[in-house]
This record gives sequence, structure tokens and C-alpha cells, in this order.
Amino acid sequence: MTDLETAAHPEQLRRVAIDPVTRVEGHGKVTLLLDEDNKVHQVRLHIVEFRGFEKFIQGRPYWEVPVMVQRLCGICPVSHHLAAAKALDMIVGATRLTPTADKIRRLMHYGQILQSHALHFFHLASPDLLFGFDSELAKRNVVGVIAAYPETAKKGVLLRKYGQEVIRVTAGKRVHGTGAIPGGVNKSLSADERDALLKDAYQMVTWSREAVALARQLFERDAAFSNAFGRFDAHSMSLVGTDGAMDLYHGGLRARAMGGEILFDHFDYTRYWDVIVEDVKPWSYMKFPFLRELGPEHGWYRVGPLTRVANCDFIPTPLADKERTDFLASPGAAGATLGYHWARMIEMLHAAEAIRDLLHDDDIAGADLVVGGERAGRGVGVIEAPRGTLIHHYRVDEHDQVIRANLIVSTTHNNQAMNEAIRQVARQYLDGREVTEGLLNHIEVAIRAFDPCLSCATHALGRMPLEVAIVSHDGTPVDRMTRGTDGRCTRE
Amino acid sequence: MNEQTFNLDGQEIPFAAGQSVMQAALAAGVFVPHLCYHPEFRPHGSCKLCTMKINGRPATSCTTPAAAGMEVESDTPEILDTRRILLQMLLVEGNHFCPSCEKSGHCKLQALGYELGVMSPHFNHFYPDRPVDASHPDVLLDFNRCILCELCIRASAEVDGKNVFALSGRGIKKHLIVNAESGKLGDTDFALTDKAAQVCPVGVILPKHKGFAVPIGQRRFDAEPISAHVEEFKPIAAAAPRAGDKP
Repeated sequence: MTDLETAAHPEQLRRVAIDPVTRVEGHGKVTLLLDEDNKVHQVRLHIVEFRGFEKFIQGRPYWEVPVMVQRLCGICPVSHHLAAAKALDMIVGATRLTPTADKIRRLMHYGQILQSHALHFFHLASPDLLFGFDSELAKRNVVGVIAAYPETAKKGVLLRKYGQEVIRVTAGKRVHGTGAIPGGVNKSLSADERDALLKDAYQMVTWSREAVALARQLFERDAAFSNAFGRFDAHSMSLVGTDGAMDLYHGGLRARAMGGEILFDHFDYTRYWDVIVEDVKPWSYMKFPFLRELGPEHGWYRVGPLTRVANCDFIPTPLADKERTDFLASPGAAGATLGYHWARMIEMLHAAEAIRDLLHDDDIAGADLVVGGERAGRGVGVIEAPRGTLIHHYRVDEHDQVIRANLIVSTTHNNQAMNEAIRQVARQYLDGREVTEGLLNHIEVAIRAFDPCLSCATHALGRMPLEVAIVSHDGTPVDRMTRGTDGRCTRE
Repeated sequence: MNEQTFNLDGQEIPFAAGQSVMQAALAAGVFVPHLCYHPEFRPHGSCKLCTMKINGRPATSCTTPAAAGMEVESDTPEILDTRRILLQMLLVEGNHFCPSCEKSGHCKLQALGYELGVMSPHFNHFYPDRPVDASHPDVLLDFNRCILCELCIRASAEVDGKNVFALSGRGIKKHLIVNAESGKLGDTDFALTDKAAQVCPVGVILPKHKGFAVPIGQRRFDAEPISAHVEEFKPIAAAAPRAGDKP
């Protein structure tokens, strides 16, 4: 149990709730327990949605899994689609995909990374970063960004649209396609499809470079603040390629201790349970994974863009690799919670470069789509989803039915890390001060840095309603603030 | 000899002796919604989707013999509403999760839903508990999607000569069963090459390991609505015997 996780005497404290947390995927809430002097005693990020996919996939035929489980999410369904397909490659004995299948899946995945990162940075996070965390509430949203920075907003929208188009061409639909099947893919690219995507591929690289520059500028305009905001030390984990390169589609697991030393490297993810254990806590539906070697108390870790950019040895596309070098040279950025945004844009640039290069590869038009081999009963697929390492694990019986499933999604890996970030923010900005909407938004800013997908659920357009109630230790209402769907706050 | 005709929504439809209203309409290129009808089998009249108003009275057009001078209404708001309600009842009675169904894009129930503009289930879902039968090495039975059209029963009995399938129970408890002591398809002599494996209009009888092999855009009903496939449903030549015809 970490500091501020559980107050010694919660019954004597008043409770402030941020419910729901806004501009994130899914539904979660934050509770703060404060004493009479507004001193913070407990901070928790609760995930209040129940997923259930592991249960209702049981009994279904294995080939249905990649299409069904992607319904977990409307933002990164491709990641679930591909992680499941990779697991089922093992089930059908496809130890090595055809070059066409491998590259079509990668193309699909980079399209996913591009669209998801663009969505997060421009639509969800930029209002905080461009206007300020406690800026005027009515402006602090994507509509405000469109009004104040129309060119930036337009590029964000078009970057996402392009990523969605890459997904449509490779998977059949922009959201919830069927492209990856056990052992390969069900289509390659026609010449017309490739040419249509190539037309804008170079523009996407250019805009992604501009996005990296913007993220960097926003971080460095007050580097001391950016470095300190919600900062905490953590271990980290991601996939890396056999040569140490950033590889978001396939590789071995690499974990680093908070000091930078490698805990394990190129670990075969098909035995992830040898290095990762999932813990549960009574106040959240989301599990708390930890590194087995370090135990539940000290073994929690961080995943996602920040980790991946720092954890790999290099990025195998030149422009993104140059940006990585600059990022790592910026003192403290690679460990800063707000560094996530900068790292995320570097990954978006990498995805844009990778898409451009794959579109010039003749293998994407090949006809050899599927391979098979000796059937197995267990399959594990791991991929670096936009938000971090994503693990799918299935067992299939002799009748081809799924009998067990376990999913550890990216946000689950970051569960403890997000809790640490908001506790740090609570200490830094809320402790001893009167609670205001702007201060509460600091907590949400820290959560948003991780781009969490709290339920792996679909994204809601517009501002979600928020109600904050402060109740004294004897239960008497002290203060109450509500925010409607129009963004207006009222105090009762 | 003068050709005999009946009037369908203002259009004179010619027919041959022995043809049903639906067969004549399909032969003339007029699509008629249906699920239990198959050109190679005798009319069944159970799904009721082909219901028309014939001489002022509702009747299943697949079982009503065409007659000269009939006045038939099909494409009217009243008939279309009836068909939509029938589809909605079928959709809530079983577990039809099109988003993850491998028959999606090939399914006649789904295609008719699009054709007739079924925008919501309207009724409360039954959510019946119907376990999958995966015991056969080559074929999966997903009873969740069964609409009781009996095409598999008829094909197995009349063409394959195996009697693998049957209906059991009455009323709302009626359901498809497998004719084996264990009740499992794996304990029958059913084969993927059987006619019964080819006729399911929905996603009950499925070849294993093939799901989602056809990409979106190339599936049966992706490019055109089911009504544009009328040629596939035209009756077979009158001289050729249909499955189940008495010798």
C-alpha cells in the first residue's frame, strides 16, 4: 500500500469526488479525502465499469475472438483485434506469418497508432496544454481549440482521419473491421488503395513533425513546471525488437527499474506470467499488475509512449529517431508525467513514417495471406497499443471453443502509476487549499497524460456532466458544484 | 395460348401452371422477402415474411398457388410494416449479435433487416440460453441464431437421407435438435458436404476455421442489397423435380 492510498481514519474526513473524469475514454472517478484544513489524506482513481469480456468469450469459436473482443473499445479496437489475432496465430500453429500478412497487420497497427495519438493530443489533451490547466472552463475543450487555433485543430482532425482510412483499407471498416484472422489476414492492398493512401502519406509525416514540435514547445515553455507536475519514479515496461528497436507490433518484453537498469530483456511474452502478476484491490474493478520479481508493494510499473520512447535503443525511422534523441536530451522529460504528450507525438511521427514506407513495399499487395501449422491449446498475443502493452491470452479446447481468456490492457498496467500521479498532484496543488474546478482539473490533467481507456469503451463526444460534493466529517453538506453537459458550472 | 397473369402492385405477372404467387413474382424479377423458402425445396410457409394481401386477405405467397386475375398487394406500407415486425420478433427471439457473427454480410436475416429498414429490435430481447455445439470436427452449430426455418431439417431428410436435424418442443420453447442419443452433431454422420450444411439462411450451421475469411466489401450482400439478388432466388425449371416432391 502506498502513501495516500488509504487514510488512517476515513470516517473523520470529507470526500470530494471527480465523477466522471472527463476527456478520457470510458468512465472513472477520483475521490479525495480531506480534513478540516483541506489536507489530503487519501486519493484514489476508481474504475467503476465492469468489462466482462473474459467471461462471455468463453464457449465461442476461436476464430470469432479477434472480431468480438475488439468491441471492448471504439478508439483502439485494432489493438485488441491484432493482439487477439496474434494469440490465435499460436493456436493455429502459424509460427511465422507471410510477409504480406505481417506487413498488412503492421500497416493496420500504425494506422491505429496515428489516429489514436492524434485524437488524444489534439482533441482531448490540447485544451489543457494550449489554454492552461485552470483556464476559462468554457473555452477549455476541443471547440475552444478549433476557435483559437483553427489550423492546428484541422491538422489534428485530418491526421486522425488518415489513420482511420489506413485502418479501413486494411481491415475493411474504420472501426471494428475484420482484416486480421488466425494465421494471417483476409486481404492485401490493391494498387488503387495503395495509391490513394500514398497521396497524403508525405503530408502526414510533415504534420506529425509539426505536432512533435508543438508538443515539445508546450513542454519546454516552462520546463521546470512540466518536469515537476505529477512526477514520480516508476519502473517501466514495453516490447522492443530483437535489435532493441522500438517495435509496436512485435518483440520481447523489456523492463527497467526506476534507476534505469534493465530488470529483464527480450523476455518471451508467451510466458508473461513468469514476470507479471495481477493484484486486486477492493475499491476498483481494475487490477493492479506488478513485476513478480519486485512484489506487489514495489513492483508496479509504467507503460505507454513515455516508457516506449525511453525504453527502446532507437526508433527505426529517421525523423522520429532524431526527435527521440532530442527528447532524451531534455533533462527530466523522459520521467515526467507531462512528457507523455511529447513522447506520444514522437510515436505518431514514427507511425506516419512507417505507413509511408510500408506503402512503398510490394509485399503489401501480395496474395499469400494465411499460414497454418500444428494446433496448440494456448495462445498469447502481445502488442504495443497506443496506450501501452496489451496482453491477450486464450486457451482453446479440442472442439475449437475458448475455455479461458485473460486480457491485461494498457491502462491496467498504468493503474498504480496513474494513482501515484494524482496523489502527487494532490500533494503539490490541492493540499491545504480550497478546492476549485481549476485545481480539480489538475488531477484530470495528470490522468489524461496517460491517455487512459478506463473501460476500453467508446468515446463520448462533448463534455460529460460532473458533480463535486464536499461533505463535512459529520455528514453535513459543505459545498456542492455541478457542471452540466454544456460545460457551465453552478454552485449550490 | 394466351399467357395467364395476376396483378401484383399494378404489374401484370405471368405464371406457369403450378407456380406459387412468390415463384411467379421472383421469376418476373420482383423480389419477395423470405427466409424459409429455397428454390430447391418445396414451399414451407413458416417464416411468413413473404406474406402479401391476396384478393384482400393476408396469405403467405410462397404457398398460395398463382391464379389468373388475382389482385395482390406486396409493396404497401401495411405489408412492409408486418414484415418489419416479423423480422424484429425473430431478432429478439434468438441471440443475433451481428457485430461479431461470421455470417455477417452473408446472412439473409441481416440483409432483410437492412432491406426493410429495421432500425431497432423494438421488442425486449429474450436472451435465450443456447449453448454452441462444437463437437463436430468440421462444422459448428450456433443455435443462438436459429430461426426455425427447417431448411436444414428438410435438406438432411430429403436430399442427404440422414435425418440429422429435427425440431423439439412446442410454441416458444420450440428449438432445433440433433438426432443423436447424445444430442451432439459429432455423434452423427453429418458431413460438411451435405446439402443441409449449405442451406442455412442465418449463422447456425457454419464450416469451422473459415470465419471472416472473406473481407468486408466482398461478402454476399456488401455491394448490393438482397433485393438485387433476385436472380439467385428464381424458381428452378418446372420440369426439374424439387427436393421432397413425391415421385
